[in-house]
Amino acid sequence: MSVLGKLDWSAIPIDQPIPLAAGGGAIALMLAALGWVTVKGHWPYLWREWITSVDHKRIGVMYVVLALAMLVRGFIDAIMMRTHQALTVGGGSGYLPPEHFNQIFSAHGTIMIFFGAMPFMVGLMNFVVPLQLGVRDVAFPRLNSTAFWLTASGALLVNLSLVLGEFARTGWLPYAPLSERSYSPGVGVDYYLWAVQIGGVGTLMAGINIVTTIVKTRAPGMGYLRMPMFCWTALCASMLIVAAFPILTATLTMLTLDRYLGFHFFTNAAGGSPMMFVNLIWAWGHPEVYILILPAFGVFSEVIATFSGKPLFGYRSMVAATLFITVVSFMVWLHHFFTMGAGANVNAAFGIATSIIAVGTGVKIYNWLFTMYGGRLRFPTPMLWSLGFLFTFIIGGMTGVLLAVPAADFILHNSLFLVAHFHNVIVSGTVFGAIAGYTFWFPKAFGFTLDERWGKRAFWLSLAGFVIVFGALYIAGLEGMTRRLQHVAVAQWGPLLYVSVAGVAVMIAGVAAQITQLVVSIRRRDALRDDTGDPWEGRSLEWATPSPPPAFNFATLPEVGGEEPYWRIKERAIASQQERSASDYEPITMPRRSATGFVTAFFATVIGFAMVWQIWWLAALGLVCAYGAFVAFAWRDENEDTFSAEEVARIERARRGAAA
Amino acid sequence: MSVIAPRVPRAALALALAGLASGCSGASVLDPAGPVAEGNRANLLSALAIMLAIVVPTLIAIIAFAWWFRAGNPRAKHRPEFVFSGRIELVVWSIPLLVILFLSGVIWIGSHRLAPEAPLGPAGRALEVQVVSLDWKWLFIYPDEGIATVDRLVVPAGRPIRFRLTSASVMNAFFVPRLGSMIYAMNGMETHLHLQADRPGRYYGQSAQFSGDGFADMHFTLQAVPPPEFARWTAEIRGTGRTLDRTSYRALAQQGHAARGLAFGRVDPGLFGAIVTQAIPPAAGPKPAPGGQQVSG
Ligand code: HEM
Ligand SMILES: [Cu+2]
Repeated sequence: MSVLGKLDWSAIPIDQPIPLAAGGGAIALMLAALGWVTVKGHWPYLWREWITSVDHKRIGVMYVVLALAMLVRGFIDAIMMRTHQALTVGGGSGYLPPEHFNQIFSAHGTIMIFFGAMPFMVGLMNFVVPLQLGVRDVAFPRLNSTAFWLTASGALLVNLSLVLGEFARTGWLPYAPLSERSYSPGVGVDYYLWAVQIGGVGTLMAGINIVTTIVKTRAPGMGYLRMPMFCWTALCASMLIVAAFPILTATLTMLTLDRYLGFHFFTNAAGGSPMMFVNLIWAWGHPEVYILILPAFGVFSEVIATFSGKPLFGYRSMVAATLFITVVSFMVWLHHFFTMGAGANVNAAFGIATSIIAVGTGVKIYNWLFTMYGGRLRFPTPMLWSLGFLFTFIIGGMTGVLLAVPAADFILHNSLFLVAHFHNVIVSGTVFGAIAGYTFWFPKAFGFTLDERWGKRAFWLSLAGFVIVFGALYIAGLEGMTRRLQHVAVAQWGPLLYVSVAGVAVMIAGVAAQITQLVVSIRRRDALRDDTGDPWEGRSLEWATPSPPPAFNFATLPEVGGEEPYWRIKERAIASQQERSASDYEPITMPRRSATGFVTAFFATVIGFAMVWQIWWLAALGLVCAYGAFVAFAWRDENEDTFSAEEVARIERARRGAAA
Repeated sequence: MSVIAPRVPRAALALALAGLASGCSGASVLDPAGPVAEGNRANLLSALAIMLAIVVPTLIAIIAFAWWFRAGNPRAKHRPEFVFSGRIELVVWSIPLLVILFLSGVIWIGSHRLAPEAPLGPAGRALEVQVVSLDWKWLFIYPDEGIATVDRLVVPAGRPIRFRLTSASVMNAFFVPRLGSMIYAMNGMETHLHLQADRPGRYYGQSAQFSGDGFADMHFTLQAVPPPEFARWTAEIRGTGRTLDRTSYRALAQQGHAARGLAFGRVDPGLFGAIVTQAIPPAAGPKPAPGGQQVSG
């Protein structure tokens, strides 16, 4: 083997126009962005204020930016799959040969789940939770930065596979034995393993950070049962991360050992058990779907309460339902393989356990409903996304319960009905929640609201597109069509596939409107400026600080007292802050910016890349350098900056001055 | 097969869904052609009916509440203090709970009645077919008739079929939508499935578990014929010269579709057992290619 392991010129797909163009385009775009930053001389600013920032708000924003970029990439994959498949009806060959089509659906799922939906949720939690808790920072700011950059590193590796080598052709969960070296000898599964492993470690760190922040650092007086609902769902989702991601790490490690060192955990031969892989991956995988949906539930709780002009109905009941879902989500994983022949008792038990989860979800839906009851409803964009969610998610939950009936799942498993189910809950659940949260908290992050007209257009187009695409796929599933077909042999499916392509076109318009909204809003930012810090008449503490909040969030920490609704807390918090004279402020110590996260992730990328291509010396070098970075970090002796009382007073007055 | 659902909504539902599926019954799971598929559909529709009973009112309530309590409606009573009601919470928890309780009955009974390993009808009447999923085709062995076919499954209509399944390499799922339940085929394992085609006809079948580059071509035809015709067909196949033994199996197990439509008049009776017990080692996969790629075949 050469110095560069398996890597040589043939890794670049010169003869394959689609990945080459896509990869080339992506690289050109990145170079253009880097060039622009260089020419404009923004590097020092970016480095100081963003890349090395340990401010949870900045990190939250970077998570969301990464997520938006990856959602677009994944969406392009989706457009290709749907159009290609429609072209193969009636014997056409489409434009994606199997080896590409299979990579595309694998990359689509991997990117959307790990690098789109997850970072979006983690980003929102990062940005919002400390503000809602009334604290100045997260528990582990540098760990937080490292977590983000590791996630970015994983995303980079996945996208690198576009131009160097290939990505997995196994689906987003690489079932053994297909993913073993004997059935997937290329580098695709290796890219998957290292990207997800590195990103997964980042996610685990983020989860640990958020759990600790919520458990340990709430504002004085904020008991658990006074936390906003979003903090509760963030806590539960992060606890799920902490409990479930180690399973993923272990499972992928075992598969890695199989592939690299000839172990036999999941192989056909030598006593390995592929079924064990399926069990383990879903023991992580089912909790994972609740990691994705719980924070979205939190967003909807905040948005619906705010725009109903009422506190959340049945708050304690909501908390109970969230905790209930958190616990039960670990007891249902077998519903993903009722068709593996486990026997009637086992299937029935897991089917019943699965449908029991729907009780918690049902309770939540009714409580949102009664939050609206007796309210004064306003319908700005975040509220529209929430109502769109309420309406469509019920259908997705219902089809989920249908799939939880083993005798029905026997004909729907791995069909397009299943595909429609999980898109129904992930798109109109997680993604709608993500966009609702993005629109809702954008003014908090940047000090101006997003354009309502384009926001509403984006909502209606996305909703319509979504219903058309996945309505058609539900029916196609009932028509017996299974997933992941590179070409279709049954002509009757044609019309449904054409309808779903039409829906995709509408969704493209929705995405375009969403992007336009951002561009238009930035252009019109002066007209859209919000100087109050509270554009929506919000009900929780994040609206009590100016927008964008100062680095230390709160000049004086709010006192949360009594059993009153948050709305009153907020009123008091603002009053108490505005009444202060300069002498009331105290110096504030904040963590100093640090390159640790970025440097660590850089070496993680090097290690991952080297391992994919089996460039052993480079992997070893990366490991040594990563260890060096850790030592250098451990030896630091100055790690905090202090704002003097006068500085705090000045910053606060400047921001409040704008509001006055 | 059991149905635990009120009559009327079920009939209405079936009608509505059949309407959706109208015209194209090619592979529809709502167009059952055998007792198992009927049972699957009955379970699906009863569960759907039970849930729609609460889902539909809830959907209506969402729209109604959102409309009525809009800020501009002077007639809507503003009740900002309405944030908790023990009675409502009780109802809110009990409704889903009761529905799920009801549904649990459907789940329990359905999974037992339709357990894939449960025989249909009296023992001894069923036709045994051994199924081996290969990259990327299906091998069907008829042990009692001593014949085997590739991607073509002919069975007598009205007679239960007892499938024993395994895989030569990676996982697949054996699925004939109009006959009902699917089941995984796995190397080194044996799974069981019982199906029956009530009427003669040609039914589309396919692998439902992704298995690699040639996966999309892993479809086959299940042809149900009247019993006398089945006897004629087996005799005809038996007359073809080809033999399926370990050597020809090894050639067959190579990746590709070349073997599609092949038939064997003689079969090594120990072959299926040898595959299940891995006495015949798992079949090979794709080969590594330069640039970190891989090629099938
Ligand atoms: C009411 C609650 C839900 C129930 C009862 C439910 C039930 C199920 C069942 C039984 C399956 C397996 C079906 C099969 O493979 O044949 C499934 C698949 C799936 N569900 Fe759900 N689900 C629910 C909510 C959710 C939520 C909230 C999400 C994500 C946000 C989600 C995401 C998924 C995904 C990603 C898959 C399959 C992925 C794959 O096979 O690649 N589900 N669901
Ligand atoms: Cu699940």
